[in-house]
Amino acid sequence: MASLLDLLVAGLATGAIYALVAVGFTLLWQTSQTINFAQGEFVMLPAFLMLAAMHAGAPFWLAIVIGILLSMILLGLAFKMLLVDPMLRHGVLPLAIATMALAIGMKEAVKQFFSAEASPFPSIVPTNDISVFGHVISLQSLGVFVVAILAVMGLTALLNRTSLGHQMQAAAQNPTVARIIGVPVERMILLTFLINAVLVALASLLITPIYLAKFSSGEVLGQAAFIAAIVGGFNQVRGAIAGGLLIGVLDNLSAAYVSTQYRAAVPLIFLIVIILFRPQGLLGRSEERTV
Amino acid sequence: MRPTILAGALFAIGSLSAAFAQSSGPIKLADVAELSGGGATVGTNWKNGIDLAVEEINAKGGILGRKIEVTHADSQSNPGVARAQVQKALDDEPYVLLGPGYSGSVKVTAPLAADAGITQIMGGEAAELTQMGDKFLFRTSFGQQSSMPKVAKYINDELKARSVAVVWVNNDFGRGGRDVIVKEFGRLGITVVADQSTEAGQSDFAADVSKIKAASPDAVFIYLNEEESARILKEIKRQGVTAPLIGETTLVGQKVIELAGGAANGARGHVGLTTDAPVDLIKQFRDKFVKKYNYVPDHNGIKGYLAVYMVKATTDKMGKVDPKAFADTLHGLTIKATEEPGMLMDVTFDEHGDIDRQGFLVEVVDGKQVVTQVLPKLH
Amino acid sequence: MSANGRYLRIAAGLVVIAALIAIPANFNRYGLFILSQWAVMTIAAMGLNLTLGYAGQVSLAQGAFVGVGAYASAILTTHGWPLPAALGVSILTSFIIGWLLGYPALRVQHHYLAFVTLAFSTLAFLVFRNESWLTGGIYGISNIPRPHIFGFATNKPLPFYYLCLGSLAIVSLAVWWLIRSPWGRAFMSLRENPLRAQSLGVDTRRYTLMAFAIGSALGGVAGGLYAPLTQYIDPVPFNLSLSLDLLMMVIVGGSGFFFGPFLGAMIAVLLPEWLRFTQGYYLMLYAIAVIVLLIWSPTGILGILDRFLANRRTKTASALRAVAKSRLETVQ
Repeated sequence: MASLLDLLVAGLATGAIYALVAVGFTLLWQTSQTINFAQGEFVMLPAFLMLAAMHAGAPFWLAIVIGILLSMILLGLAFKMLLVDPMLRHGVLPLAIATMALAIGMKEAVKQFFSAEASPFPSIVPTNDISVFGHVISLQSLGVFVVAILAVMGLTALLNRTSLGHQMQAAAQNPTVARIIGVPVERMILLTFLINAVLVALASLLITPIYLAKFSSGEVLGQAAFIAAIVGGFNQVRGAIAGGLLIGVLDNLSAAYVSTQYRAAVPLIFLIVIILFRPQGLLGRSEERTV
Repeated sequence: MRPTILAGALFAIGSLSAAFAQSSGPIKLADVAELSGGGATVGTNWKNGIDLAVEEINAKGGILGRKIEVTHADSQSNPGVARAQVQKALDDEPYVLLGPGYSGSVKVTAPLAADAGITQIMGGEAAELTQMGDKFLFRTSFGQQSSMPKVAKYINDELKARSVAVVWVNNDFGRGGRDVIVKEFGRLGITVVADQSTEAGQSDFAADVSKIKAASPDAVFIYLNEEESARILKEIKRQGVTAPLIGETTLVGQKVIELAGGAANGARGHVGLTTDAPVDLIKQFRDKFVKKYNYVPDHNGIKGYLAVYMVKATTDKMGKVDPKAFADTLHGLTIKATEEPGMLMDVTFDEHGDIDRQGFLVEVVDGKQVVTQVLPKLH
Repeated sequence: MSANGRYLRIAAGLVVIAALIAIPANFNRYGLFILSQWAVMTIAAMGLNLTLGYAGQVSLAQGAFVGVGAYASAILTTHGWPLPAALGVSILTSFIIGWLLGYPALRVQHHYLAFVTLAFSTLAFLVFRNESWLTGGIYGISNIPRPHIFGFATNKPLPFYYLCLGSLAIVSLAVWWLIRSPWGRAFMSLRENPLRAQSLGVDTRRYTLMAFAIGSALGGVAGGLYAPLTQYIDPVPFNLSLSLDLLMMVIVGGSGFFFGPFLGAMIAVLLPEWLRFTQGYYLMLYAIAVIVLLIWSPTGILGILDRFLANRRTKTASALRAVAKSRLETVQ
C-alpha cells in the first residue's frame, strides 16, 4: 500500500507538469480557436533564452527576467501577430498545421544555433528530497505542483473575479456581442497570448531542471499536455489541471499494474472513452454544435 | 503552373546524378547520420567526430597526399530516409560510406552499399548487423554480442548475483542489448526477476523503480540513454533501492554523472569507448573536441572520429586509394595506436567487421568515473 | 473560350504524364527512390483528401493506416505471398479498421474527432512496436521482396518506380470517378451541411463510415507499396508525425482539390530534398516555407490558383459585359 501512495504522489508531481503546460492550450483555444501543436516547443524555448542570457554574462535572476520578457515578445506578441492573426479566419486546420511547422522550425533552430546536447539547467527550487511520513518527495516536484496550482487558481480568480477577467471571458465567448458592449476584444485576445507566454516561460523555468534543456524535450511534453487538456475539457482552465494530474497518475498506475510497454496506451484509451461518452471533457462545458 | 514546377523538380533531381571519378583530386567520403529526429544527439556527435578527424588529417596533408572531402546527409532517424540518402551518397561513388548510427537504418542501407561494392563504416551496435554475412560492413565499437557477455560475466563472477532486474529503453538499441543479456543470464543460470521496458524521453520512473524494489533483485541492469539513466538513478536513490546498479557506457558516462549528481555514485558498468578512459590519446582527443565544439562528446563522437581514422589507416596500409580492395584489407587488420595515434587504442578487425579492443570496467566514485579493471584485448 | 481552356488543360496533363514516364528513365537510383516515395505519399494523401477534403471528417490517423498496409504487405510478402494478393489484404484490413474508426465520427465532430484519431494513431504505433510475434517489434521486418508484376521483375529502381506511378494512376482514376459519382456528391454534402444532407435523404451514417473506410484503404495501398519500396520497415516511421505530415500535405496542396495531394506530397517529399544543399538549415527553411505558404494562402497552393482563376473569370466576364453593353449602345 505504501508503494501505491508513492506512485500517486509521483504521478501527481508529473501530472502537475502536464497541467502547467496544458493550461496554455486551453487558454489559446478558448480565446482564439488556436490549437497550438508547438506548445511543447513553447516550453522548451524559454529555457534556452535564459541559458543564452546566462552565457552572455547575466546573473540567473536577470536571465529569468530576460527569458520571460523575450518569450512574451516571441511566443506571445510575434506568434499572435505573424501567425495567428493572418490565418485565424480561415478555420482551425491551416493554423494548426502552421503551428506544426513552427514546432519543427523551433526544434531545428535550437539544435542548429544552440546544441543537440542536453544541457543541465539551474533549479530555483532546492534539488534535494524531503521525507514526509516516511515517503520521500522531491522538492522540485513539489515546487512544480505548488506553482501549477497557484497559476491555475490565479488565472481562475483573474477570469472570474476581476472586470478584466470578465472582459476576457466575454471576448472569448462571444466576440461580436463583446465588441458591441465596448470590450476591447483585440486587446483581450492579445492579453491571453501574453499570459500563455508567461505561463510557458514559468513552466520552462520549473520543468527544465527535471527534463533538461534539450531541443527535443517539447515533443513528449507537448503531446502529454495536449492529451491532458482534452481529457480535462479543452475549454476550461481548471479542466486542464484535473486532466494533467489524472494523466500523470494514470500513466504511473498503468506502468505499475498494467504493462510498461503499453503504459502510453491507457491514457489514450481513457481519452477515447471520455470523448465518446463525455465529449465536453471531465470539467468542460459543452459547446454548441455549429451547423 | 503545375507542369513547370514538376519539370523543374525532375530536372533538379536528374542533374544531381553526376558521377565522380576517384582517381585524382580529393578523396570523397559520404556520411549519412541521424542529424534530426530521435537520434539527433547521436548523429550530431558522430558528425562532429568525423569533422574533427577530417580537419586534423587534412591539416597534416591528407591521406597519401590527397585531401579528404566529406559530405553529411541527414537520415531524420528514419530508415526510409536513410535509404534514400545512402542511395544518393552511393550514386556519387564515394570512397567509403560512413554511418548511419541507428541499427534499423544500417540494416536497410547495408545491402545497398554491399551491392555497390562500397565499404560502410557504421555506428550501429545491434548484434545481428555483423551476422548477416555482409562483406563490406564494419563497426566502430563493440557490438552488443561482445559487450553484453562481459557485463553478464561481471554480474555473475564478481557480484555473485543470482537474480537480476533488467531495465531497458524500448528502441532498437535498448531492446537489442536486453535480448543479448537476457540470453546470457539464462546461460549463467541467473534469474531475471523484473524485465522492464521504458520509453525514450520518459521523465517519471517512479512506477518502474517501485516494481524493481518489489522484485528485490541481487543486481539491477540498466540500459537506457544518458538522460533517462540520470533520471532513473535519482529515482532509485529516492526509493532507497540498494542493489548494485550495473550498466554500459550510457549508465556511467560523464554526462550521466553531471545530470544525476550524487545519485550516480556506485553505478558500475562496462565501457568500450569513453572520454574518461585512462588513455593519454583519448584525453588528447577529448581536449581537442572540447576546444572545437565546446562540449564533452559521448562515445558516438569517438566513433565518428575513429571511422575516419579507420579509412586513413586502411588506405595507408594499401598504399593506394582503392575502394574495391578496401574491405578486404580491413578484414583481419590490426592497427596499433603507436603507428596511427588517431585510432586512440590498438584495435583488430575480424572477418565479420567486428572489433577487438580493450574495454574498461568502471565505477562512479564521488562523482568521478574510476576505472576498476581494464579488460584486455583478446588477440 | 472554355473549350480552349479545357484542351489546354488536357494537353498540360498529357505533358506532365509523359514527363513523369519519360524523364526519370535516365535518373539515378536516388532520384527514382524519391519520386517513388512521392507517388506513394500522394496515394496516401489522396485518401486523406477524400476523408477530410471532400467529406470534411478530420483524421489524424492516416499515417497509422499506411503502417497497417505496410505491415500487412511486409508480413505476407516475406511469407511468400505475391504483392498483388498482399496489397489486397492491406486494402481490406485498412478498409475495415477505417470503417470501425468511422464510428466515433458519428458521435463527435471537428477537433474531437481529430483527437480520437490522434489517439488511435499512437495506439497503432504501440501495437506495431510491442506485438513482436507479428510485426517483428522494434527490430522491424527486413528483406521485404520487390514483386514480379506480369512476369516483370521490379527489384531495379526504374521498374519499381513505374509500378508506383502505375498504382498512382489507377488510384487517381478511381478517385476521379468516385468524386464525380453520386457518392462523391454525398461526401461533399457531408462536408457542406450534414443536417441538410440528412433531410434530403442522404444516409449520412453510411457515407461517413464509407468516407473513412475508403480514405483509410488508400492509406493501406500506400503502405502496401511503401514496404517493398524501402524493403525494410520498423514502427518508427508510422508514428504520429507521419499522420501530421500527411495532413500537412493535404492542407498545403489544397484540401478538397483533386490535384491538392499531388502538390502537397511534392512539397513534403521533394522540397526538403531540394533544400538539402543548405545542410543543417534545410528543415528549418522547409518549416518556414510551409508557414509562409500557409499564411499567404491558408487554402493551400491550389487555393491560390483557384482564387486567381476566379478573379480572371470575373474580369473576363465583366469585360464581356462591357463589350456587350457598348455594342448594345452602338446598335441603339
